[in-house]
Amino acid sequence: MVMTIDAKGMYYRELNKMIRTAIEDGDTEFVLDNINGQRYIGDGIKAKARITINGTPGNNLGMFMNGPSIEVFANGQDGIANTMNSGEIIIHGMVGDVIGYGMRGGKLMIEGDVGYRVGIHMKEYKSQVPAIVAGGCAGDFYGEYMAGGVMILLGLGSGEDKPITGDYLGTGMHGGVIFLRGEVEDYQLGAEVAVFELDEKDVKLVTKHVKEWCGHFGHDVEEIMSGPFIKLKAISSRPYGNLYAY
Amino acid sequence: MVTELSSVSQIPPEFHVKVDHDQCRRCKRCVLNCSFGCMQFKDKVTPDHSKCVACHRCTTFCPENAISITPHPITYKENANWTERIRQNTLKQAETGGILLTGMGNPKPYPILWDHLLIDACQVTNPSIDPLREPMELRTFLGSKPNHLEFERDEHNNVKLKTQLAPQIQLDIPVIFAAMSYGAVSHNVHKSLAIAANKMGTLMNTGEGGLHEDLYPYSGRIMVQVASGRFGVHSDYLKASAAVEIKIGQGAKPGIGGHLPGEKVGLEISKTRMIPAGTDALSPAPHHDIYSIEDLSQLIFAIKEATDYEKPVSVKIAAVHNVAAIASGIVRAGADIVTIDGFRGGTGATPAIIRDNVGIPIELALAAVDQRLRDEGIRNQASLVCAGSIREAADVAKAIALGADACVIGTAALVALGCRVCQKCYTGNCAWGIATQRPELTRRLNPDVGSKRLCNLLTAWGHELQEVLGSLGVNSIESLRGSRERLRGVGLDKETLEILGVKPAGVGM
Repeated sequence: MVMTIDAKGMYYRELNKMIRTAIEDGDTEFVLDNINGQRYIGDGIKAKARITINGTPGNNLGMFMNGPSIEVFANGQDGIANTMNSGEIIIHGMVGDVIGYGMRGGKLMIEGDVGYRVGIHMKEYKSQVPAIVAGGCAGDFYGEYMAGGVMILLGLGSGEDKPITGDYLGTGMHGGVIFLRGEVEDYQLGAEVAVFELDEKDVKLVTKHVKEWCGHFGHDVEEIMSGPFIKLKAISSRPYGNLYAY
Repeated sequence: MVTELSSVSQIPPEFHVKVDHDQCRRCKRCVLNCSFGCMQFKDKVTPDHSKCVACHRCTTFCPENAISITPHPITYKENANWTERIRQNTLKQAETGGILLTGMGNPKPYPILWDHLLIDACQVTNPSIDPLREPMELRTFLGSKPNHLEFERDEHNNVKLKTQLAPQIQLDIPVIFAAMSYGAVSHNVHKSLAIAANKMGTLMNTGEGGLHEDLYPYSGRIMVQVASGRFGVHSDYLKASAAVEIKIGQGAKPGIGGHLPGEKVGLEISKTRMIPAGTDALSPAPHHDIYSIEDLSQLIFAIKEATDYEKPVSVKIAAVHNVAAIASGIVRAGADIVTIDGFRGGTGATPAIIRDNVGIPIELALAAVDQRLRDEGIRNQASLVCAGSIREAADVAKAIALGADACVIGTAALVALGCRVCQKCYTGNCAWGIATQRPELTRRLNPDVGSKRLCNLLTAWGHELQEVLGSLGVNSIESLRGSRERLRGVGLDKETLEILGVKPAGVGM
């Protein structure tokens, strides 16, 4: 049974308590209507649950989340999927800054642009490989400190006055991989990354994620895959290994 | 740009290892015990002086007491300005081009204000209490206290508390173990701390390295850390804990991040930190979701939401110049505990330049923070925990009198486990099995023995604190808390005394 909550005027603490209690009682399907800035939805929830959000949720959506699937039919704000462990978040719109900070697993599908410091310190462990796919462009520090996982940026809507990413792209990166559908200038790159061509395996990986993204947002897979894509990887998994005197 | 040099190192050895070959039975125990490659056997025990770090492992285990270690006699020519330390470091940097790394707390001779504070005692006009024969309470509760209490009567007309209290942690002794990550220290250290914390009714702290699955049975006495790298942080880890700590800074390295080198990230560490084995574990300098007090508040409440408001949240900062205002912001952001780490606090690895030159002493920071929170009427809203070189029970008593709710011990706990403060933690070669992940070394520390040594230390400190309370004529640690009238300063200037809120010795009530 679907539990529908009208969140109009509701404080986040009450709303989230309601969701947590319902999940403990065995509910798994939620529709949240009239959401307007309530923070921490899905925070720390370890369960298989499906949460549909109508309206713009507040910061830290899906923080520490472990399993649920959240779909937002509006824009998102800052801190989405912060330190998230598993699950998926789909945003029909664009999102703010510090998305997927320390994200360790699960998927984040964003239709439009993403803000600053997206995917910062994302990491992976064994089969847990997080992915962030965004349709638009990104701000500065995209993939900063990245230690694992996959980030794909499709650059739809980018142009001369709107580059696909900002500066300090992948700065401090020491693991994981970034795929950009577009070109970046050398000066935009962090010192620890380099640009590579995609190999067959990469194309397969990107196609898999793009197919899923197109499934959510209704774009044509072939058109998107016609590229051109570039790949960014860290030059070293130990960028600061020689910095110290022992 | 670092240029490789092929020539022989010009750095003279720091220590001279003397083996008394008349007494030496050539059992090679020293050679087996030396983890720094100093003690070698070439027909007889032949030390390579340049590799000695004065960790005392060989001298402790030599059955004949045949080994002695002294400062190297062909040392630098005396110079009060160009000290040995400075010349040694200059040579090292000329040879490597690197940032000087070090371990443990600040060794430089800055004033230690604990040693300039004296505690009062009762004489004639008020009786002291004999702690051996009368109850003496050390129990402390960490957590936010309400502004006022409301009571109501139940159906049997009994009075009961109406006010809903914030979560509290009961400590049987106001001394908790410092945040030291699994990675910086060995699994056996973590286990020793966890067992001891459970037995003594206090806390250990995971540091930023996650909690090994073996230690979940002890988690009711474990504070778990959420730091900038978010290593090993997940919902089960938060929910299993006694409390959650957001680590903003550390006294030994305020304002900088941390690098656990890939060599130390073995399989078990990789599992606990949840990163691939062999990769560097980089902790960014700031939390990138915290650029303001408002952002901090957001993380505090994200953690409270994830733990259903059942765990106190601590925020740990290094003692820096503006510490009082920052602490006020932290309390207003919703923290239940503020932990302040002074500039003499320890670490597993930090650039020496930061450790030795950044931050302020805990004594001043503690007094300033306590006073500021009192002035603003919010002292009750958070417990104040102080860290950064609490060396003995006397320091604890003085800290409590200055306003701390509890003290943190890191180095003292490690010394109890065998640490000789040789400051080579960052090399990963710790001969005492403490700051190392090498299996042949970590097994030197038996957690059953280690936990007993820690329990003994805390038991002794507990008795000593009771003696101090008894002599002060009070019967609970609560009565000493924030009671600066029971302290006097010696050899301190006026401004320092003012900040400490303490009168000079010789001035009466």
